[in-house]
Amino acid sequence: MTQLAPDAAPKARAAKPAKDRASVLYDIPGPRARRVNLIVSVVFGLLLVLLAWYVLTTLAGKNQLVAEKWTPLVDPQNWTTYLLPGLWATMEAALLSVVIALPIGALLGIARLSDHAWVRWPAAVIVEFFRAIPVIILMLFAFEFWFLSFGTASPFAGVVIGLVLYNGSVLAEVFRAGILAVPKGQTEAAEAIGLRKGQIMTGILLPQAITSMLPAVVSQLVVIVKDTALGGILVGYVELRRAANTSASNYGNLLQTYVLIAVVYIVINLLLTSLAGYLEKRLRTRRGGRTRVAVTPVDGQTDLLGRQDVTVVDVPGVDEFKKK
Amino acid sequence: MTVQLTFWSAIGSFVLGVLLAAMRVSPVPLLRGFAGTWVNVIRNIPLTLIIIVMAQVIANQLGVRLAQREAGVNPQVFLDNQNFRLAVVGFIIYTSTFVCEAVRAGINTVPPGQAEAARAIGLKFTQVLGIVVLPQAVRAVIAPLGSVLIALTKNTTVASAIGVAEVALLMNTLIENEADKLTAVFIVVAAGFIVLTLPTGLFFGWLAKRKAVRR
Repeated sequence: MTQLAPDAAPKARAAKPAKDRASVLYDIPGPRARRVNLIVSVVFGLLLVLLAWYVLTTLAGKNQLVAEKWTPLVDPQNWTTYLLPGLWATMEAALLSVVIALPIGALLGIARLSDHAWVRWPAAVIVEFFRAIPVIILMLFAFEFWFLSFGTASPFAGVVIGLVLYNGSVLAEVFRAGILAVPKGQTEAAEAIGLRKGQIMTGILLPQAITSMLPAVVSQLVVIVKDTALGGILVGYVELRRAANTSASNYGNLLQTYVLIAVVYIVINLLLTSLAGYLEKRLRTRRGGRTRVAVTPVDGQTDLLGRQDVTVVDVPGVDEFKKK
Repeated sequence: MTVQLTFWSAIGSFVLGVLLAAMRVSPVPLLRGFAGTWVNVIRNIPLTLIIIVMAQVIANQLGVRLAQREAGVNPQVFLDNQNFRLAVVGFIIYTSTFVCEAVRAGINTVPPGQAEAARAIGLKFTQVLGIVVLPQAVRAVIAPLGSVLIALTKNTTVASAIGVAEVALLMNTLIENEADKLTAVFIVVAAGFIVLTLPTGLFFGWLAKRKAVRR
């Protein structure tokens, strides 16, 4: 550490404040540290190359790298027959679910904040109940229930109802966090000028809650898109994963097709994640003062009691950035 | 079966998740980049896809064996073992990325001064991380880890995709046999999950309070 050039470190730190978090754990590397880092890099890089080589030779040995297994992926007929309808089915279920779940979530979220215990408690029970149950169980129940009620099997209804029940509850928590995140002074001020409860909610709290929870809703879409794949298992909804399976049996290229749709899922979800990040940034810079934003982690990890899955994070507003 | 799946997957995910988190904050750019890419890629793939790939591609096409096929024993035993282990590996791969993100958030809660002090007395990066930072980071994220565990418990139902006899598959069979008792079956299964997850949530909430590092 003594070999550190006297003025190199502060300069380097000042130059990249964003990197500060990482460098809290280690110094700007000196000659010895750089040597160690290089060795670790080379060893790890070699391991990665070895692994890649092993995987590739194994695949080649199993005849997985031949051209005819990969060409169906760019065959237009494969796309129009299997993959695009599957992708559409996935998006259809995801979008419809979120559109239905949003108002339900809003109602439940508001109900949980009600002054009346007889409204608050049932809403709390509903939210906690549906959050505690795996989506696939909800889908299965909705599917069978639909069948018993209407006499027709509708995998689509099963998937959408299952997703709505689950995500409605999760979004209810997001709404609740969003409403609670509005500074208390606003409600007090509204009461002082004589607004009624309903007016405060619709005129003051909800609009702010909705903007602040937008990023969380978009991140929740990632969870919903991933969860549509559950519909292909027990309920038999032909979404992207299941459609890909059929396509793969047709062309005999299971590995290749799954690699492709994994990439499709990753691209869709990364786009959604970056959209959420963009919205968050916009909301942060648009408002002055301290803005609080409700966020959920990407997996919709739910907890029956703790509300860690919907955390309210303080985000410094414009003023604070200016101060720095 | 649900409990067994959860148990083994939880242990594996925790170990791999902490390892990934350590890689993500390490001074070596290659390690950091690899762990970062890995986490972002895996997190965005549906768990269903991972589990099915484990069974259909890794096991059936590439011939990876995770269980012994013994002569004279019913081949179903081999299949059950194999699928169970494949499912566990799949869950570990998926869940560890969420553990990694939780632990990384925990690392950010440790005051920088501590790491600086640890470096000042001459500890190396691995020591700073292993002795000073990680223990505190893990204690800070006990509650979020509880959420991950609850999510994992619910996710184990996905193993029905490759025929592991857990609750979702059981429920499916039950409904097929006794369609008129649909609601009853659902209520029982739902109650089962509440019994599994409610104490977990309570326990982790209690543990988080108890182990919290007061600052």
